[in-house]
Amino acid sequence: MNDALDVALRLLVVFVVFLTFPLIVGQTEHKVMAHMQGRLGPMYAGGFHGWAQLVADGVKFAQKEDIVPAGADRRIFQLAPAVALLPYLLVLLVIPIGPGEGAVGEVVDAGIFFVLAVMGVGVLGSLMAGWASANKFSLLGGLRTAAQLLAYELPMLLTAASVAMAAGTVSLPGIVEAFQWWWLPWQIVGAIVFFTAGLAELQRPPFDMPVADSEIIFGAYTEYTGLRFALFLLAEYAGIVVLCGLTTVLFLGGWHGPWGADGLGWVWTLLKSAILAFVVIWLRVTYPRLREDQLQKLSWTLLVPLSLAQIALTGIVKVVIA
Amino acid sequence: MTFTAAATATVAHATTTVAAEHHGFLSPTGVEIAFLLVGLLTFGAAVVTVTTKQLVHAALWLVVALGGLAVEYLLLTAEFIAWVQVLIYVGSVVVLLLFGLMLTRAPIGRSPDADSGNRWAALTVAVASAGALVWVVVDAFRTTWVDLNGAAAGSTEVTGASLFQNWVLPFEALSVLLLAALVGAIVLSRKAKAAAAGTTTAPQVPGSRDGKRATEDKEGVR
Repeated sequence: MNDALDVALRLLVVFVVFLTFPLIVGQTEHKVMAHMQGRLGPMYAGGFHGWAQLVADGVKFAQKEDIVPAGADRRIFQLAPAVALLPYLLVLLVIPIGPGEGAVGEVVDAGIFFVLAVMGVGVLGSLMAGWASANKFSLLGGLRTAAQLLAYELPMLLTAASVAMAAGTVSLPGIVEAFQWWWLPWQIVGAIVFFTAGLAELQRPPFDMPVADSEIIFGAYTEYTGLRFALFLLAEYAGIVVLCGLTTVLFLGGWHGPWGADGLGWVWTLLKSAILAFVVIWLRVTYPRLREDQLQKLSWTLLVPLSLAQIALTGIVKVVIA
Repeated sequence: MTFTAAATATVAHATTTVAAEHHGFLSPTGVEIAFLLVGLLTFGAAVVTVTTKQLVHAALWLVVALGGLAVEYLLLTAEFIAWVQVLIYVGSVVVLLLFGLMLTRAPIGRSPDADSGNRWAALTVAVASAGALVWVVVDAFRTTWVDLNGAAAGSTEVTGASLFQNWVLPFEALSVLLLAALVGAIVLSRKAKAAAAGTTTAPQVPGSRDGKRATEDKEGVR
């Protein structure tokens, strides 16, 4: 019975993280964007610097009417937000934040493959939403989502494979365990490619061509209202948490840090992820949206060759030091 | 998840499958029941995939069928294969399929004109190939049982070792085949483009860089 309790507790903790961390990232985005643009951002909700703004937003979304367009494919339209959101919950389950069995929801033998496979499934949600809405803008959004996924999945996989080669394992805790500080300069190209491709897979600016609110009116999510729309938004921010956590674990050494190795490793993981999340927000404020052809060109002519070069470099160094 | 835990908790060693005589069909274990149920679900989804009149629904039922297959791999402790199955088939092949459908024709509702007259020929081929596959698999693994209590039979380490020690030649042959398909696709798309443009110049020698430019151009035209 103790095992069941243990599993339940882990699931509960991961679920709470899944519900709170995306909101924290979202609130940080509100404030950071505002200050970068010389504004204050939300200041009233909750009293202290508008900390409860997203809670208020959530209440607002829950109150709105849930509308399904008459011409839509009803069941798929309603199913799509769940398909978009749930994969990130599953991925969060396997990201280790500290050393040992206690700091990860579930140890998966082929962790990297699990994570990349399940994240790819999340995009199906956007595709389903884009098709089922019976709206031309939504269909365009769905098409762009698919084209983007096909272009950016490859560099992501290749760079992840490079780290797996370096560590000699495909398990996420195993990779962090094997991490040395000099991996950072060794794998830096892979890290940048992975992070960029991840941003594109999440459709975050500057890769937000599929949602592009000023031209195709939020793409696949045009017809969504209320709670279902909120679920899509939550999926985006959960995606940021997952991407930053993954980049930390794969490339930045997870719980390794200059000091405080015993007991405080999870602080390092969270700190590194938080800095990456800040970079995600920073990029959104800094760069304009890429055009569709620029987006494809960036992936096929820059990211794929760079990740192949990274794999070659990893292989050479691995053979030399062996 | 618990099966994965059971599979990963024990680090894989070497031999895993046992030919046991005491396994009977009349006293199935929980895993065997789960395997059967998931198998039925997968089969049902596959049947709906080929019989539904709605094109996009067919693609989505295909997701269910392929996902069910991944669960079956998991139940057989072949964890690595299961994740690769999801990554390649659900994550890429079905997305490509949906992309193609949306780009050409994917009306909401039924498409009665999507049926071709080859129903019986297709059924014959499908039944024949299914029969051949079932025969081969049953003949190969007749009395082999996966030992769920021992080391995982399909962990990444075991799969990798057997792939690169015992099956290197088929693996390499397959990769050459895929490379040939890739080059062929590039050649075809280059020729189609030259014909459409009405140019008389000979198409360039297809190389990897040209291929990338070809795909990029296609995106640009869209």
